[in-house]
Amino acid sequence: MAEFASLHDAIHELVPDGATVAMEGFTHLIPFAAGHEMIRQEKKDLTLVRMTPDVIYDQMIGVGSARKLVFSWGGNPGVGSLHRFRDAVEHGYPAPLELEEHSHAGMAARYAAGASGLPFAVLRAYVGSDLVKHTEVASIHCPFTGEELAAVPALNSDVTVIHAQQADREGNIGMWGITGVQREAVLGAKTSIVTVEEIVDELSPRGPNVVVLPAWTISAVACVPLGSHPSYSMGYSTRDNAFYTEWDLISRDRDVFAGWIQKYVIETEHHAGYLAAISAQPSGKGALGG
Amino acid sequence: MVDLLNHDLTYTADEMMTVTASRKLSDGQVCFVGIGLPSEAANLARLSHAPKVVLIYESGTIGTKPEILPLSIGDGELAERADLVVSVPEVFAYWLQAGRIDVGFLSAAQIDRFGNLNSTVVGGYEDPKVRLPGAGGAPEIMSSAGSVIVMLRHTERAFVPSVDFVTSVGFGRHGEGRTGHVGAGPTVIITDLGVLEPDPNTHELTLVATHPGVEVGEVLSHTGWDLLVADQVVTTQPPTAEELMILRDLIARTKEAHSR
Repeated sequence: MAEFASLHDAIHELVPDGATVAMEGFTHLIPFAAGHEMIRQEKKDLTLVRMTPDVIYDQMIGVGSARKLVFSWGGNPGVGSLHRFRDAVEHGYPAPLELEEHSHAGMAARYAAGASGLPFAVLRAYVGSDLVKHTEVASIHCPFTGEELAAVPALNSDVTVIHAQQADREGNIGMWGITGVQREAVLGAKTSIVTVEEIVDELSPRGPNVVVLPAWTISAVACVPLGSHPSYSMGYSTRDNAFYTEWDLISRDRDVFAGWIQKYVIETEHHAGYLAAISAQPSGKGALGG
Repeated sequence: MVDLLNHDLTYTADEMMTVTASRKLSDGQVCFVGIGLPSEAANLARLSHAPKVVLIYESGTIGTKPEILPLSIGDGELAERADLVVSVPEVFAYWLQAGRIDVGFLSAAQIDRFGNLNSTVVGGYEDPKVRLPGAGGAPEIMSSAGSVIVMLRHTERAFVPSVDFVTSVGFGRHGEGRTGHVGAGPTVIITDLGVLEPDPNTHELTLVATHPGVEVGEVLSHTGWDLLVADQVVTTQPPTAEELMILRDLIARTKEAHSR
């Protein structure tokens, strides 16, 4: 049953060092505040799972939180490379990073199998791709038609972390817009943390594709307004595209990156402090809704 | 109102590439779109000759009609202007895998003579020279879409004899074909210099068209293997004033919106 907690306490209690952590959000509703809190609490040896490890995992990999990355596309959407991710893979800096990579279809099917309580998923995929030699995929035959298909193992994280628009006072979660693979990632996880824009008397979705996660499927709920910045929360904020572009420069250089993490994550102590620091910088624009 | 007469008709190689790709889409087709040049080309088609083209983005937006081009695959603009929005497992299983996509658009860091695409690593997998973003939706788009339009800039670095890593299968390492795949694969490759198509028998990519002002020799010197050339190489029709204006309007609107 969902317990309301501060973000600090939720991360402290539910994310031990060495955990397999899935933080989902397909460009929209990315739980950045929760990632920053893991950096502040110096989480170590994490296996990070995410279809699209973008800037949030670039930051966590760059500070050395991760031992392993399970993913399907690792770039800065619309901008280019993730330089901290590349530095880890190409040069082992700040630490070597073990990779397990899939296609999007494979990852999505793995999450769906996890949510379904099945050991594996079946799909028509990976045929002839060199990915087969480097990832967990097997070939099986349909028992009815004999067609050869791909099998991928279920994905069940120790803890899944997502950001949503609303929770009601019981802890039921409401989200809308592009909701990616979040429902499957939560239902397939042993525990889950949801950060939300606001707590409301009654869930009041204002967009397409409404997803509700009942309180009894969630471990902890923390109210963290603008907790997805520089990603966005439809109905509450817009994507800070300028930040994503700027990240390319910040992340290229090891020292510039370390300085940024120190100033905007570690020294800010909590998400409200981060938002204040981001808004105060000369080019800061989007954090508070601009 | 469109001022066609006074429009600047000089165009860039990228504009020529985008316009050529947009012309390959027919009205009413269902198209799986990636970010960047494919998204530009698909939306140009929708705003010009193919108003009923159905654009699906892998973030789960179906029947997407963006006013501006998205910077990322999951911009709010896409969700707000879609017929419906579905989950990511659903978009890959119910829509792509089930065979509802007529045309996919892909790009890559490398392509080889048999249309195989690499978006995973340059160099060896275990010790890469450049670690690229990875597969994303590409392998299954290539496998399951009815056919695939590949768009990439024509350089010797991108057009290599054999890709370092087969992320998405065209016609196989040795041109063996499409066994095991539902779709027809890469039926056309559009670059900033011209158009390539696989030979119907050997599957080897063949130069079939050059853009205006581009010599065949220039294409050959930008290709990392001895590129086959069709008996008759046609010249692409240059962009019309209308195509250029719709494209430039779209890009100007997009720039304005993203700088806000």
